[in-house]
Parts: sequence; C-alpha cells; structure tokens
Amino acid sequence: MVYSLPEEVLEHVFSFITSDKDRNAVSLVCKSWYEIERWCRRKVFVGNCYAVSPGIMIRRFPELRAVELKGKPHFADFNLVPDGWGGYACSWIDEMSRAYPWLEEIRLKRMVVSDESLELISTAFKNFKVLVLSSCEGFSTDGLSAIASNCRNLKELDLRESEVMDLSGRWLSHFPDTFTSLESLNISCLGSEVSFSALERLVARSPNLKTLRLNRAVPLGKLSTLLHQAPQLVELGTGAYSSGIRSDVYTGLSKAFLGCKELKGLSGFWDADPSYLPALYSVCSRLTTLNLSYSTIRSPDITKVIGQCPNLQRLWVLDHIEDSGLNALALSCKNLQELRVFPSDLYAADVNVTLTEQGLVSVSQGCPKLQSVLYFCHQMSNSALITIAKNRPNLTCFRLCIIEPRTPDYLTHEPLDIGFGAIVKHCKNLNRLSLSGLLTDRVFEYIGTHAKKLEMLSIAFAGDSDLGLHHVLSGCESLKKLEIRDCPFGDTALLANVAKLATMRSLWMSSCAVSIGACKILSQKMPMLNVEVIDENGSLDSRLDSCLVEKLYVYRTVAGPRSDMPGYIWTMDRESANRI
Amino acid sequence: MVRSSIVTLYITSQSFPYTHSHYQLLSITIIPTKMSSEASTITSEPPTTAVVSIGSLSTNDTELTLGLPGGNSRKSGAKRTFSVTTDLKLGGTDRSSLECSVVRRSPSSKEQVVGWPPVRSYRKNMAKSGCKYVKVAVDGAPYLRKVDLELYSGYQQLLSSFEDMFSCFAINNVMEEMKLMDPVNGTEYVPTYEDKDGDLMLVGDVPWKMFVESCKRIRLMKNSEAGSSGMYKSQLT
Repeated sequence: MVYSLPEEVLEHVFSFITSDKDRNAVSLVCKSWYEIERWCRRKVFVGNCYAVSPGIMIRRFPELRAVELKGKPHFADFNLVPDGWGGYACSWIDEMSRAYPWLEEIRLKRMVVSDESLELISTAFKNFKVLVLSSCEGFSTDGLSAIASNCRNLKELDLRESEVMDLSGRWLSHFPDTFTSLESLNISCLGSEVSFSALERLVARSPNLKTLRLNRAVPLGKLSTLLHQAPQLVELGTGAYSSGIRSDVYTGLSKAFLGCKELKGLSGFWDADPSYLPALYSVCSRLTTLNLSYSTIRSPDITKVIGQCPNLQRLWVLDHIEDSGLNALALSCKNLQELRVFPSDLYAADVNVTLTEQGLVSVSQGCPKLQSVLYFCHQMSNSALITIAKNRPNLTCFRLCIIEPRTPDYLTHEPLDIGFGAIVKHCKNLNRLSLSGLLTDRVFEYIGTHAKKLEMLSIAFAGDSDLGLHHVLSGCESLKKLEIRDCPFGDTALLANVAKLATMRSLWMSSCAVSIGACKILSQKMPMLNVEVIDENGSLDSRLDSCLVEKLYVYRTVAGPRSDMPGYIWTMDRESANRI
Repeated sequence: MVRSSIVTLYITSQSFPYTHSHYQLLSITIIPTKMSSEASTITSEPPTTAVVSIGSLSTNDTELTLGLPGGNSRKSGAKRTFSVTTDLKLGGTDRSSLECSVVRRSPSSKEQVVGWPPVRSYRKNMAKSGCKYVKVAVDGAPYLRKVDLELYSGYQQLLSSFEDMFSCFAINNVMEEMKLMDPVNGTEYVPTYEDKDGDLMLVGDVPWKMFVESCKRIRLMKNSEAGSSGMYKSQLT
C-alpha cells in the first residue's frame, strides 16, 4: 500500500525527517525511496573529507542546502599532525560553487580554508546564510572582508578557535549599512581590535542578533554599550573582563546586564577581575551555559558566581575551581549536564591548586543529570573512579586526563584498570572515552567486553602488548574513531582485525609499534582503506619492512587515495608494490 | 581442511613474503638469536628471530587461543582468534631491537612530550599570562604608574586604562590621532614611549604586538612639548 503513494507525498513525508541516520535508513528501503530521498536531502555531514569526493556527493545529492565537513584527525589539535597534511576545503568549495548555487550553510572543522575560497563563497552562493569555521586555518581577515561585503543574507559567522591571519580589524566595517540579518557572530579568536563604532552600529541594526562572542580586544568599558543595543542576546562572549578600578564601568555593566532578560550563556572573561563579577549576578539565575575557562579567578569567586546559577547545565572552568568549588557546584547546580575542567598550569609538578579526584566524585554524586565530563587533574584512584561510575551510569562522555603519563592509583599504586573498567561496565551508553594514567592490557579487556556503544576512544601511554589493541578492535562494536599514541600496539593486533577498520571512520596510531611491512599488508588486504604513513625522517623506500612507522592514519574511503598528500606521507600504491 | 604452517623469518634482513591471501597472520614471536652480519647495527641489542604463525581460516580447535571472558563472539567468515605464544617480549618500550632508522625520544621532562597534555594550542595561547610591566609617566604628575602591557590586546584598551588611572583624562580620538585630554584645562597629552633603542616614539605607529615587545617606558607628553598638533600624524589600524 505504501509503495503506491505518489512521489510528492513521500517527499513531503521525508521532509520531516532531518536526522542523518534516519535519512540514510530511508534511502535503503528500496530504489525508488533512494531516488526520492536523494533529491530532497538538504543537508549532509561528511565526517572525513577524504572518505568521499565532492563529485560523488554532488552526484548523489543534487539539491543540498547545507554541508558540514571535517578534515584533519583530532590529534591535530595537539600538534601531532605536521603542517601541510591536508584537509583543504578548496576543491570542495570550488565544486560546490558550481553545483549548488542555492547553498546556504557551510560548516568546516579542522580544515584549511583560503581567502580565495572565502571570496568564492561570498559571491557564488546568492542566499548564503551560515559560515562556521571551527579550528580552521589558512585564511586572513581579507577573506572575512569578502564575506562581510558580499553576503547580503548572512545570519551566522562563527570563527570558533580558528587561526586567522589577523591583518587588521577593518574587515568588520565592510558589512554594509543595509545588512541587518545577523543572528550570530563569533570573533573570539581574533587578536586585533575591530573598529568599535562599526561593531556598535552592526549590533544596533541587527534586531535578530542572538549570539555575540567578542574578542579579547573589546574593552569592558564598551560592553555595556553593546548590551544596551542588543538586550535580546541569548549568548554573550565578553572581551577582556577587567578595567582597573572604575566604578562607573561597574555600574554601567550592572545596569546593562539587568536589561538582558534572555541571556542564557556567558563566555569570554579574559583577564577577569573578580570585582566585576557581581555585575552579572542579575543574569545568573537564567544561565544554562558558563565558560570561565579563560579566566584565572580563584575558587572563592567562582563559587560565589556558581552559587547564583541553579539552572546551570554546562560549565567550563579552569582547575582554579578546586575541590571546594566543585563541592559547591554539586550543591547548587542540580541540572548540570556537562563539566569541563582545564589545567591552568601545564607543567607544574607541585600544584598550588587543590584540585583532586574528590571534586569530580562530589559532582558525580550531587549532579544527577551529569552526562559529559572532561577533567584534567594530577591524581586519581580506582575507588574514586568506581564511585563515579556507580553514581553516574548515565555518563555518555568521559574524558579523564591525569597530567603525568602512566600515573598509578595514588592510594594503592596499582594501575587504574579496574577504575576505568567500572566506568565502561556501569555507563552502558558511554559513546566517548579518553584514558590516562597507568593502564595495562586488562583495561582494554574490560573496554572490549563492556563498551558496546563506544564510538570514540583515545588512548595514550597505556597497555602492555598487542592484546590490548586486539581487545578494543574485536570487542567494541560501535567503534568509529580510535586514536592512539605512545602505546606498545603493533602489527599483530592490527592485522588480526583488518576487517574492523572498514567499519570505522578512522584509526590514528603514533609512536606505537606498527611496522612498514604491516602497513603494506593492510593496504593490500583492504583496498577500501587509505593507509597513510606519516614519516618526516626521509624516504621510506630505503627502509626495511621491519622498521616502525612514526605515525599511521587509516581511514575508509570511496574516493580512493588522495592526490594532495605532502611529501612526508607514504602510501602503498596498488600498482607498484614498492611505493613505501 | 585443516592446514597450518609455521614460517620462520629473519625480520631484520628480509621483506615479509605474504602471498597467500587465505592465510591469516596469527602471531609473531620474537626470540633472540646469535649475532649475524646482516643484523641492524643501529642498536647493541642482539638481533631477533621472528617466529610467525600463520593459520588458515579454518584452523582447528587445537590452536592455542586466548578467549575473551564470556567467550568469543564469532562473526561469520573469518575466525578472529589471537594466539599468544610465549616469550612475547614486545611489551613496554622495548622496541629498539626492531628499530632501524626511526629515532624515538624518551622524554626526560614533561615539556618535551609533544602534544601532551592534550590541550589545544588555542587554549594554551589564550591562557598564557605574560607580564610586561612598564612605567607610565605623565608630565606634571607627582608620581608614576605601572601597567602590564600583556593585559591589553590593543591601543584602545591601553588608552582606556590611562583614562582609568589618570582620572582626569578623556580619550580624544581626533582624525585618527590618539591623544588624551584633560577636560578641565583643555591640555592635550600625546602618548609617547621609549623603545629598545632609547628613542622617543609616538604610540600607535606599529602593530600592537611589536609595540609591546619594544616598549620600555611610556610618557604622556604635554602637547606643547610634543610640537604643534598635526605635525606628526599617527596611523591607527
């Protein structure tokens, strides 16, 4: 009966289906559903820009309005991927500019974007609305000038954490006076000052502006001016949050915050002066997101703020919050879902900050909705981890970083295997896990046995032998991304699980024990994988198959080997077996 | 059909001959052998012999396996067992016997470990709290002040802080010139600084970061001393 429904009806029904997974499922039902679906799919997410080519995507989905791409491997964030690796957005933007004149949204993460590409975006897509460049690089403020000048209907410009060649702040002045559609602007990563008057006028003529994230250079004294122009803001990122001792700045700020009845999220706070914090108390009761991780304010001041935020759902903070602050958090914020605690001093051996595992245990106890944790600390114990696991079986993301590699349980001096084992055993919906501390193969046995919903796993300085890797590859059914550094995992486990790699998005292994020979075998056995060896020590041709590779990145693809690899990446050519 | 063969290889001297696709690598054992002239001379460790077990896909049950707790879940097709023979000394950092020309650093201090702890460089840069205190002298004022130039991201912020510190001032941005004015008596003050070479410079000509680097001390100079206004035009970006 359902097969006799006319196409238009099916298309109308499909238009209510927006989740990528559901859309993919719909397209598998039958050929006609595949055809109808592909013509009405409006957005696509490509988790690895090299897994598919622009041409393939365009051929299958001719009417896209939104495209999201990710480029470099995650470990590029930590300088493990050398410059010139790839992730160029250029070819994608070129082809899309021809194929999708009505494209509205482009979201890129960890990609290299040029000014020319930005210029092309600004002119080729007549109804362009959303540009999000997350951790991208390769462009300058000139490219931003083009976007500002030409995108008449721009709603969102978000440069979060990108590395922009900051030539000047003049680009912001290129938004024409007739431009009024801005809803979201994030320039927090930019170093240079933008013209404040241009910024003020832009904010004043943008009645739909909901998100405004300023950069550090916007002085606190000017913030109240902006807030008066945009009392409808929902998310605000301040600039530098200090101004010497200025009572008029304080009063002005207080008054401005009072007027912001819709404000739900705050960030910024560079160089925060605690004496200015009370100015924002009037919005605290509505706050759901608070990012204090760029401010060095101490625990008592943080605690005072948090105490006013009973509706807080997401908190990002430095370890200055200390255990005392986390205890207060556990008492005040019963709706907390996500906690990230970043390290303030990366290299100090003895810390003058009292943040231990106790803080995390308190929060796990006091916050019943806690789902996502990122926690940097110096000590951990199995008993704490077990307690956390039992308190919070609803955890979906657990990333623990004990700063000194291979640190054992500080109470028993044992490895932390059973602690992490408890996490994977109790938290059945865990989809992301990062390990640290002293860990043997045993922890991987637990992970392989229990972590059935795990999609992303990060491992560093852990394990004893290939058995560890084998447990993960053979046991974790949902695994999509695996990234490993400095572990004694090698050929045996890799080659015993080659088929698994085709079910995953990618595998990264650096400073492990994988040999060139194994890479060759993997390449031969699995033509649907790109096996890329990163080695900056010169030609691999002269080396023996037994030699270990520096870094290995393996990912599945339907686009074949890529053509933009730099000289230090080696692959196994199918034709000439001696390429590596 | 049960077939399994054991192949002994000298990994240091031969490339791995892998021609039969229906064979599956099961294990590699490294055992020390006598020194041979073909051995790698990079390390002083004795070269090792690799004992490689290759089993066919339908290996029989007498094969040594290490089952996972709860039993292996076998997928159809390839059997994925993992044989561990003895003397598998590939654990820890004992990789030197297999290394050829790849040099491994063992970090002696935390600073040397690349990418650890895993904090984005964006965040590391933002968290950097530098400290560059310079004296600020105002012509006619009884005492000097000090400011930390690292706290500011640009000239506007710096001037704002002067407004704060010397409460008699108001910033007077006329025709892109940066000046401070005392509204009481209308005196204009031009911000100048002494650079590394000892020269007196006008604040605002060079990019901010360059200024922070080269500035030694700041002097807010009365305009009568600085010369007739308009003689030197500052260029603000």
